Amino acid sequence: MTDKRTTVDDIVGELRSGMTIGIGGWGSRRKPMAVVRALCRSDLHDLTIVAYGGPDVGLLCATGKVKKVVCGFVTLDSIALDPHWRVARQKGQVEVMEVDEGMFFQGLQAAAWRVPFLPTRAGLGSDVLTINPDLRLVRSPYGADSPFVHDPADADVELVAMPALHLDVALVHTNRADSAGNGQILGPDAFFDPLFLGAADRRFVTTERIVADGTLTDEGPLSAVVIHRLLTDGVAETPGGAHFTANPPDYGRDEPFQKEYAASASDPAAWEAFARSYVEVSEDEYRAHVAERSAS
Amino acid sequence: MTPAPETPDLPCTRAESCVIACADTWRDAGEIMVSPFGTIPSLGARLAKSTFSPDLVLTDGEAALMLGAPPIATRPAELVREAAMPYRTVFDVVWSGRRHIMMMASQIDRTGNQNISAIGDHRQPKVQLIGVRGAPGNSVNHPTSYWVPDQTVRTFVEQVDVVSGVGYARAEAAGAGATRFHHIRRVVSNLGVFDFETPDHTMRLRSVHPGVTVEDVVQATGFALSIPDQVPETRLPTPEELDLLRTVLDPGSLRDREVKS
Repeated sequence: MTDKRTTVDDIVGELRSGMTIGIGGWGSRRKPMAVVRALCRSDLHDLTIVAYGGPDVGLLCATGKVKKVVCGFVTLDSIALDPHWRVARQKGQVEVMEVDEGMFFQGLQAAAWRVPFLPTRAGLGSDVLTINPDLRLVRSPYGADSPFVHDPADADVELVAMPALHLDVALVHTNRADSAGNGQILGPDAFFDPLFLGAADRRFVTTERIVADGTLTDEGPLSAVVIHRLLTDGVAETPGGAHFTANPPDYGRDEPFQKEYAASASDPAAWEAFARSYVEVSEDEYRAHVAERSAS
Repeated sequence: MTPAPETPDLPCTRAESCVIACADTWRDAGEIMVSPFGTIPSLGARLAKSTFSPDLVLTDGEAALMLGAPPIATRPAELVREAAMPYRTVFDVVWSGRRHIMMMASQIDRTGNQNISAIGDHRQPKVQLIGVRGAPGNSVNHPTSYWVPDQTVRTFVEQVDVVSGVGYARAEAAGAGATRFHHIRRVVSNLGVFDFETPDHTMRLRSVHPGVTVEDVVQATGFALSIPDQVPETRLPTPEELDLLRTVLDPGSLRDREVKS
């Protein structure tokens, strides 16, 4: 069986400027932050980020890596709106394709199923269709005389054709994984991580701990192994790799750290200090600085 | 807006009237998922589930359905969960229609459009808000209500800047796909209760909270409201409801942080 173990640096080494990158997790929950930090340190630019947005989006915007974001929101959960995102938007620094959360889900699903779009009511009548003028409607081919029309109101009905959100690369973080690329999520919600992987050409999992093949059932139920190895090309062990987002049961959100991150958006000096300690450093240095911070 | 007059003789606070108005939004709703945003809608949902709507389904705010209607300040570790409800499953519920959400609105307008996306030009907003989130899909798939804790001419506007939740005129223009399951049940604010039960589905004042006048509401509304000849007061809580709210569901008075008395 192929050993898919790799490193964060090798993952980032595969990426190119201008790529479309999907990032798993949701808001400030189980985000692959170690890879996001490595992206922030890299020379990459003009990325399109596709995410249920959290501090991954905020940090990448603050470090000037982003051309465009595809999202329905960018939140820190305990702080409603990521202030770095607010700044990037209000200064007009990034383009946005803002869609309904469910449309976003269907876009990933369409890409994973290799169909060009999926129909949905979500978006009809809203400004999602006016702020994204490339979005199209689709009319049901099943008319009133069709044997397949369950309710007459659905005959010839016009719906939104949510386009496939095709990803060049997907990045997700799990609690456990094995070297073959099976990933286990021990927290309460897998979010859409398997779909991000399914929608991408190159698929990378970072994880708190890589365990011996066949032993994920020692860590938690088999039903929590929601990422199977058909979905992955590489797996990198990154303890604390989701910090400062929530990654239960391994650790919760680092709320004091998140507050410091959020506050740095409104003060250039605070951002410089934050970046010096937590962005322009290696992952080992980052972890050391976080440990020092928690101890003080 | 002028502050509400002192009314020391009222049997309940303004926040408590708001809780009752929210709770009544889910009266006779049956077995559906209620998704309340904000402290006062959350208390309303718990009050309704504890009393007249026992079959309501509430989530723990994370990824599970929560048993019963525990106090608002209950720590996550102390909640009892009855089923898993990860986000992917939430969309199954949204699109099945077995849900009634009460979202907040940074702006709401005369035909019921809601904005939580941005103030100003969407390409470079004057103020970036949370984002459309699930509002477009929610509003055309299942009953939707709104909670506005600070009704002013800046929140109740003639026309919202970015239509997130879809109002009646927009839904009708979009056709049967949008109107089939579209229903804005109520708008509850700190001043009163509103609905769209008018011939042209524009917003109507349904009741004013005790201590609020119709003129207070008009002054805090940036468009022409439909106002019936007789505007009732939002009903008072029963003694049992008030006791439940004050001693069980919210003994720490978190409700007063959202709406001052």
